[in-house]
Amino acid sequence: MMKEKMLNWVEERFDLSAIRHLTREKTVPVHRYTPFYYFGGLALFFFVVQIVTGILLMLYYKPTGENAYESIRTIMTQVRFGWLIRSIHVWGTNLMMLAVLLHTFAKYFLKAYRKPRELTWISGFFLLVLALGFSFTGHPLPWNEFAYFAAKIGTASIGSVPLVGPWLLEAIRGGQGVTGNTISRLFALHVVVLPLVTIGLVILHLLFVQIQGSSVPIKVKPVGEIPFFPNFFLRDLRVWMGALIVLVGLATFIPAELGKKAAQFASAPAGLKPDWYFLPMYQILKWIPSTILGISGELIGIGLISTGALLILVVPFLDVKASREEESTWFTVIGVFVLFVFMLAITIYAKLY
Amino acid sequence: MNASRRKFLDGLLGLFSLAGLAALAYPILRYITPIKKREDSTLSVVASKINVLTPNTGKLFKFGSKPGILIMTPEGKYRAFSAVCTHLGCIVQYSSKDQQIWCPCHNGWFDLNGHVVSGPPPRDLERYTVFIKGQDIIVKKEKA
Repeated sequence: MMKEKMLNWVEERFDLSAIRHLTREKTVPVHRYTPFYYFGGLALFFFVVQIVTGILLMLYYKPTGENAYESIRTIMTQVRFGWLIRSIHVWGTNLMMLAVLLHTFAKYFLKAYRKPRELTWISGFFLLVLALGFSFTGHPLPWNEFAYFAAKIGTASIGSVPLVGPWLLEAIRGGQGVTGNTISRLFALHVVVLPLVTIGLVILHLLFVQIQGSSVPIKVKPVGEIPFFPNFFLRDLRVWMGALIVLVGLATFIPAELGKKAAQFASAPAGLKPDWYFLPMYQILKWIPSTILGISGELIGIGLISTGALLILVVPFLDVKASREEESTWFTVIGVFVLFVFMLAITIYAKLY
Repeated sequence: MNASRRKFLDGLLGLFSLAGLAALAYPILRYITPIKKREDSTLSVVASKINVLTPNTGKLFKFGSKPGILIMTPEGKYRAFSAVCTHLGCIVQYSSKDQQIWCPCHNGWFDLNGHVVSGPPPRDLERYTVFIKGQDIIVKKEKA
């Protein structure tokens, strides 16, 4: 009764038909690939976890060269449940990257990027880049040995971008070298700039999905459809519950480490490797010789990686067959090659050697 | 007449808008660009005392705001280089086992003259002059 009155009060002032439409009429097609619809929601769930734990970490973290490491040590050793919050944030990064990558590959293999969903794919591509950006700007913040060299190498590769590289390098580092100034700048990017851009883009991405509905794979006939709310939403919720259990389990039994404080005058430790999702890029930088035909190896590496990224971005426009609702086997073959040969094999190789 | 005047005014408006944007962007870009610190004018530094290094070992030292590496070769000669790897700026170390300078980040190797042996580094390490004055090992670079 009360609820109805309140709803009526709002309704007299705002038109809620769009929300009512979403809750009552939005449906999700049911077919054998329906479980692949979960990954996007899963990535969103982990993103929310990162925001919540990130805000909590900000209450104690101090983004300066003198205090960053010590403040994380305080979080890990003295703040109640601080170890858990930080461990969830660290594991959350890994699981979010995994969910984002699974979501990307699922949509790729189901050709969900085909007409009319090109813009959904493009906004998703930029969300993937932003996810990598979060990791890149967040990793140096604890200011341990690993963080220090990650910041050094990561920013140094920016310096070899033609024309704007040197300026960009200094703008990100806050000077010639990696110092406390670098922490301030990465921190501002990590907690303000990237979240603002990401939240905006997530809203756009979801709006596209909302307007166009879920994509059904080529030549797949749905056996029916279920209401989004509450049926599909409850299934989503079930997946999120599972994800939370896995996340908290990992954070509890394999908590994040802190390592040694960064020293500006110490040799890089042996066995230094980036996170698993950066390993293919790392291995390419390692393999490419210093110069090829007079062009610097770094520039070639950056060129290769950018070209690869650009190809992924324009996939919807390259795969014309899929846009005509015809099966595009070649794109599946290329996808299998990129996923298994390139990503998995190089990642495993880089991890082992 | 009217149409061409409208076109002209539209163009002018566009130009002014661009100028306005540039006026906003310029101070922001200048603000982001870090303040230039005075050039590191350190030209020489005491890298170590004698009798600290034994043959076939090396140690890092502070050369102004950058790290350097002092090495005693297996023959007992001192050599000094910039310890900043020319690839992506990691800090190198001396490998006694291989008698070479090693950057662990991307597996770059330099010989005892600072020349690249293998791996991705594009240039040799900057070499410094070493001399001994009393108890001190002094490392000197030619120019800042």
